Amino acid sequence: MAATAAHEVLVGGTVGRQPAGRAGFVGTVRSEFTKIRSVRSTYWALLALVVACVGIGALFSWGQTQRLLRIESGTRFDGGKVPPGFAAQIAAQIHAQAASISLFGLLIGQLIIIVLGALAITSEYSTGMIRTSLSVMPRRGTVFAAKGVVFGLVALVVGLVTSFLAFFTGQAILSSQHVGTSLGHHDVLRTVVGGGLFLAVCGLLSFGIGAMLRHTAGAIAAGIGLMFVLWILTQFLPGPPSGWIGQADIDKWIPFNAGSSIWENQANGLHPFSPWIGFAVFCGYAAAAIISGLVVFLRRDA
Amino acid sequence: MIEAKGLTKRYGDTLAVDHLSFTVEPGRITGFLGPNGAGKTTTMRLILGLDRPTSGTVTVNGKPFSRLAWPMREVGALLDAKAVHGGRSAYNHLLCVAQTNNLPARRIGEVLELVGLTEVARKRSKGFSLGMGQRLGIAAALLGDPQILMFDEPVNGLDPEGILWIRNLMKALAADGRTVFVSSHLMSEMENTADHLIVIGRGRLISDCTTAEFIAANSQQSVRVRTPQRDELTMVASAAGATVRDDVGDSVVLLGLTAAQVGDLAFENRIRLHELAPAHASLEEAFMELTASSVEFHAGLPDAVERETAHAGEVA
Repeated sequence: MAATAAHEVLVGGTVGRQPAGRAGFVGTVRSEFTKIRSVRSTYWALLALVVACVGIGALFSWGQTQRLLRIESGTRFDGGKVPPGFAAQIAAQIHAQAASISLFGLLIGQLIIIVLGALAITSEYSTGMIRTSLSVMPRRGTVFAAKGVVFGLVALVVGLVTSFLAFFTGQAILSSQHVGTSLGHHDVLRTVVGGGLFLAVCGLLSFGIGAMLRHTAGAIAAGIGLMFVLWILTQFLPGPPSGWIGQADIDKWIPFNAGSSIWENQANGLHPFSPWIGFAVFCGYAAAAIISGLVVFLRRDA
Repeated sequence: MIEAKGLTKRYGDTLAVDHLSFTVEPGRITGFLGPNGAGKTTTMRLILGLDRPTSGTVTVNGKPFSRLAWPMREVGALLDAKAVHGGRSAYNHLLCVAQTNNLPARRIGEVLELVGLTEVARKRSKGFSLGMGQRLGIAAALLGDPQILMFDEPVNGLDPEGILWIRNLMKALAADGRTVFVSSHLMSEMENTADHLIVIGRGRLISDCTTAEFIAANSQQSVRVRTPQRDELTMVASAAGATVRDDVGDSVVLLGLTAAQVGDLAFENRIRLHELAPAHASLEEAFMELTASSVEFHAGLPDAVERETAHAGEVA
């Protein structure tokens, strides 16, 4: 007994008998959840995500109501007269797109989830934490999967909350001019849920890039380049009809356009994919990034 | 027990670890000694599977580290105090580490108490001093009550009290029958701590023996003598087989003879002595001599200055 007491003093206590089985996925998931909830940057980034998406969606919705009000007043910008029936036509158009108008902030929100997704893995390298992580849990595939699952779930939950908040805020504003919609309308629920899915997959795409590059600034730059800059560049391609490759031929394949087709983004191209096909293409891009990231994570020295 | 066989790691053109074979046994402190850049850290990274060896193998309790069922219950490692996320509190850092191996959360309070960080448990580790960071790393290593402990330069940044604390901790861990593997670039540190020494230079094994054997083999007896008849003394001492060194002014250092032998020799030859003092060449010097050809980065300074710098580094 004396030996046991000395032994306890030495390491401060006991850990009990070694359990059956081995350290694996469940414990690592709990660990990764602790990691993500125990740093402030997570909360700041998630708050920024909600504020950006809801705020920009509200602003855009308000802009649409003001546009409608002006048209209904019968006066154009240049002082000319609006043709009769035009106001009703615009109102119908806004009403039909009411859900995606309220989600317009996702265009900026995606940039924030890209930052979070990259940080979920690159911060391990920038802080040196990866050396601790892998020397207590050396099964790298397990660590990578746990990290991805925890980040993916957090991104999905926050993405859905963001999307629904932005939707309800936007509709409250649009309803003031009776052009709002509700979840019961055709395709509206899919659009709003799609907004959350889009944000989550966007984050996972960035997570994969982060695992590949292991460098925060590089991963964020690459993620934003892929999702945002590429989309802007295609806006400069010649529109149809054009003799050579033009906007219409490629822009639906652009990651942002493919992914955002599920929430029927207003600017997602001339011949967009149908919502679920576009989203599947987007998931394919994310999967490619994640698999490449996994290969690097498994192979390269930490 | 840690066993390396022909362990080799090449980074591009550099051979960081070169066919290293050794065994680290339980129940004693094994010092892992070598100049900066000798490959100590790389070897430890190879043991933990952070790096993949170019060739050769290393096992922990007979298995590659990544195959251990509950790694933290078998091996606790402190590679460097900076391997934490500075934005996370000490408590949460230890919590996320403990959870990977299903260790009870109660252990966190216990190890924090043990290393003396209870007061700052809820503080973000960003604001910790290097010494506190080392203590946090040691706390993490002890979480799983492991039989094997590995520390890479653990006294770096610690104050004298902290150095004594970790030295005693390592001794107690070894006395408890555990395997303690600790690296250092300072012979003086290992001289007081380690039972066994594995010395490497440029990734190659230079020596693998007990500390006592290392000292016996590498520290030469020398005798410092002051005499007005220096030339006569050096002549008879050389004839008796001594090596003469540092003969400046009226003092001379003789290697290869004991103080008694030198005294007798002087008496027999009617040489007047003003001082006769036995001395050991310091182990630090022996270590530097042994690894001199294998130091990665030479300072390019004259010998005396180089030695002084080395000692200054020791104090720091």
